[in-house]
Amino acid sequence: MAIIERPAPTLPTIVTPTTTYGVLKRPVSATGWRSWVFTVDHKKLGIMYGAAAMFFFIVGGVEALLIRLQLAAPNGKVLNADLYNQMFTMHATTMVFLFVMPMAAGFANYFVPLQIGARDVAFPRLNAFGFWAFLFGGIFLNLAWFLGGAADGGWFMYAPNSGPVFSPTNGVDFWALGLQITGIASLTGAINLIITVLNMRAPGMSLMRMPIFTWMITVVQFLLLFAIPVITVALFLLSFQRNFGAQFFDVAAGADPLLWQHLFWIFGHPEVYVLILPSFGIVSEVLPVFSRKPLFGYPFVVFSGAAIGFVGWGVWAHHMFASGLGPVSVAVFSLTTMAIAVPTGVKIINWTLTMWGGKLWFTTAMKFAIGLIVLFTVGGLSGVTHAVAPSDTQQTDTYYIVAHFHYVLFGGAVLGIFSGFYYWWPKVFGKLLNEKLGSWNFWLMVIGLNLTFGPMHILGLQGQPRRMYQWTEARAGEGFFNFAFWNLVASIGSFILAVGILLFLINVVITARNPQKAPLDPWNARSLEWMTTNPPKEHNFDVIPTVHHLDDFFHQKYEEDAATHTMTQVRTAEEIMAEQERNADKHIHMPSPSYWPIVLAFGLPVITMGLIYSLLISVIGGVVVLFAAYGWALESSTAPDSDFENSAPGSGLDKVAANHD
Amino acid sequence: MTTNTADTTHEKQHGMSDAGYIRIAIILAAITGLEVSTYYVDFGVLFLPALLIMMVIKFVMVVSYFMHLKFDNKMFSFLFYAGLVLAIGVYAAFLATFKFFIQ
Amino acid sequence: MTDVTHGHASSTGISNVKLGMWAFLGSECLLFGGLISTYMLYRGRVSGGPRPSQIFDIPFTSVSSFVLLMSSLTMVLAVSAAHKDDDRKTNLWLTVTALLGATFVGGQVYEFTAFYKEGLGFSTSLFGSSFYTLTGFHGVHVTVGIIMLMSLVGILKRSSVPGKKAEVVEMIGLYWHFVDIVWIIIFTLVYLIPV
Repeated sequence: MAIIERPAPTLPTIVTPTTTYGVLKRPVSATGWRSWVFTVDHKKLGIMYGAAAMFFFIVGGVEALLIRLQLAAPNGKVLNADLYNQMFTMHATTMVFLFVMPMAAGFANYFVPLQIGARDVAFPRLNAFGFWAFLFGGIFLNLAWFLGGAADGGWFMYAPNSGPVFSPTNGVDFWALGLQITGIASLTGAINLIITVLNMRAPGMSLMRMPIFTWMITVVQFLLLFAIPVITVALFLLSFQRNFGAQFFDVAAGADPLLWQHLFWIFGHPEVYVLILPSFGIVSEVLPVFSRKPLFGYPFVVFSGAAIGFVGWGVWAHHMFASGLGPVSVAVFSLTTMAIAVPTGVKIINWTLTMWGGKLWFTTAMKFAIGLIVLFTVGGLSGVTHAVAPSDTQQTDTYYIVAHFHYVLFGGAVLGIFSGFYYWWPKVFGKLLNEKLGSWNFWLMVIGLNLTFGPMHILGLQGQPRRMYQWTEARAGEGFFNFAFWNLVASIGSFILAVGILLFLINVVITARNPQKAPLDPWNARSLEWMTTNPPKEHNFDVIPTVHHLDDFFHQKYEEDAATHTMTQVRTAEEIMAEQERNADKHIHMPSPSYWPIVLAFGLPVITMGLIYSLLISVIGGVVVLFAAYGWALESSTAPDSDFENSAPGSGLDKVAANHD
Repeated sequence: MTTNTADTTHEKQHGMSDAGYIRIAIILAAITGLEVSTYYVDFGVLFLPALLIMMVIKFVMVVSYFMHLKFDNKMFSFLFYAGLVLAIGVYAAFLATFKFFIQ
Repeated sequence: MTDVTHGHASSTGISNVKLGMWAFLGSECLLFGGLISTYMLYRGRVSGGPRPSQIFDIPFTSVSSFVLLMSSLTMVLAVSAAHKDDDRKTNLWLTVTALLGATFVGGQVYEFTAFYKEGLGFSTSLFGSSFYTLTGFHGVHVTVGIIMLMSLVGILKRSSVPGKKAEVVEMIGLYWHFVDIVWIIIFTLVYLIPV
């Protein structure tokens, strides 16, 4: 069995790499930009996902602020109608596909292997490919801004409006093809994480001993595994309509516009659970730690997450209540939609009962987690009103719906993400984010989001439709519920929200400059990712743990007195780590960096660019993809021993050679 | 394709001998022949049910024997059949909203 | 040389790659399900062009369906030979499988050309668009399978495939059988049920 000891990170790794195709040498740098671009390390990939997602969050945020500027006053002149359409389409597309999903992927990539006691994911090169495919897909999508106009049909891109007749610019093509690329990234990521969770758990880590975050991520990956192909079909049909003259959405030929709607929402509804479950998972980690109590009803939280994932497939047409489905379909989907509120309610109860009787510690992470419980519930309540089909007929396509999904997405998914930032930052970057600034960050975001989205309930019920680029004095209405006042409040709120987010970015910069290092286990946490150095070593664990309990790390620190059931601390995190280092595994082989993931990923936008402009470019992209695929297939996932022999003297690799059999 | 003990244990491990696979293939061919015969022979009211049942039998046979699912760890069956059942459920509901199953 | 992805000490004791392939096939059910459902919805909408019952050549398609079905047999014989470490037989059956697959694809190309000449184009009608999209996607999957089969033959000749040989053959076999079972469904739903 090949055994390679990774040299300590301070030593430069200069090796003679193996060759693929007899010509190209394998990348082996441990430092510098190459160690990021060719990495297959789940932790580096997690950080890159997070950074890219943050960038797109700001892009999507700027798009939102432009929308709010346009709607702040009647007869807005900031954006014309055409640009407005592009703005709301890209705001939503960016936030859903390029911010929330990749941010969750970032957390999942970093923490799932750590939480299950593994050293990496099942398919490290596939993992790297997924990141680069997402990044290139996201960039490709946004190129449309500079190449004739971005997509403008709304993020759900209803056909035939999105077809060649009514959307003649390339924007929709960039959108459809860009999402195909990011879809491939999501699908491969899903396969990877599912197999990782099924197959790479540490000894003793049964499924019912996994942390809730890992459970929720697993449910999300199953949702993605089965939902992405559905939107893939829809996007192909749309692209074929637009570019090859297919008839799928041509009403004159007998097409039914509902085809698009069904296919999109069969994907789209599981998608919203993809967006929220990771944050539910984060919050399920944070609340017990800062309540200094174990999670209440662990099995219920697990099963309700699985139930949400399952029942979520049966509700999609509630997005289509006003589309002419007919009373039978509407009634059925109305009932199923009411049913899905139940498992979410179970979670809310379990979270609340976790906090009940606990010794609450109001760190910023905890504040964001509590914020999620409160604000997601608000969004959930408006959601229940949508489930009632007759009332939804008034609400649909109004700002009332916009209010609902922003409460669940911002108040839910985003607050959960920020909770995760504050909670896990010391582990990933070795420093604690400033708590004082964090508090300002939290409160400004909460105030901002309530001021922005709260009034939208009123605006919606008063009749302000979605996706209208302007509202006029004549339509504004009078009295307490007039458009003018509440639109202005919403717009001001959005800027307060923006300042709150800016404070987070400032916090990141200040923390980076702060020399003070964080302790190994600042929060006295419960799960295995905390049983590592700050940041974790490349191989994560010196010794693969044997798991005896749920919250095993906590149980290593504390022993329960059988009579009084009190917990006494018997070990600190530092002591546990020192013991691990003393008993460290001598021979650890980690998967090696590779060129092929990024090269293959690069071929994809080349193919799609060619589909828009010239098929010759697609052929070139296809060649790149094939070339990279063969290179990948012919390369072993771990560099063989020969890579580390015959090394330059003084390179430090004599230590490596000494570890060989 | 001998019948010594090595092959028998091999058979236990992998489920079938080459002869067994050929037998399955012959059955599949026969069912296909029967399916095609519906084009020539009038099955009456049995036409649609017969075709659908034969389709399902062939599908399950290839999955269970050629793809080895019958002899393998149940985890594989879970992953595949979860997708299949979900697809059937969701797309049948989809077609139902278009009144596809109502004559 | 073993590597981290091939299950030694995995939680379930089964191979990562095999689990990954079955998960992928599960997701492909949703892909083909969508295409088949779109076809079923639109198969009768012919815009004055040819109807399915007018244009299909059942005897011809029956033969190519049979060819594809038999390619599943040859595929499983290849896997069986790989498990017995018989490189020569493995390559033989892999090549036969690829040839049968190519025959099927050739048959599809011939069939589509004939349909086109008889007035069924991609843009002619909803039936045309959905038929060619569904069978086209299937055909592309078969073609990718053929490329993988021939690549595998090439790699096995060089004896340099990373990981265990038999498992790689088995994985490609799973993909190939899946493509066959999709055709089992398409043949019945599209061709044999007249519209």
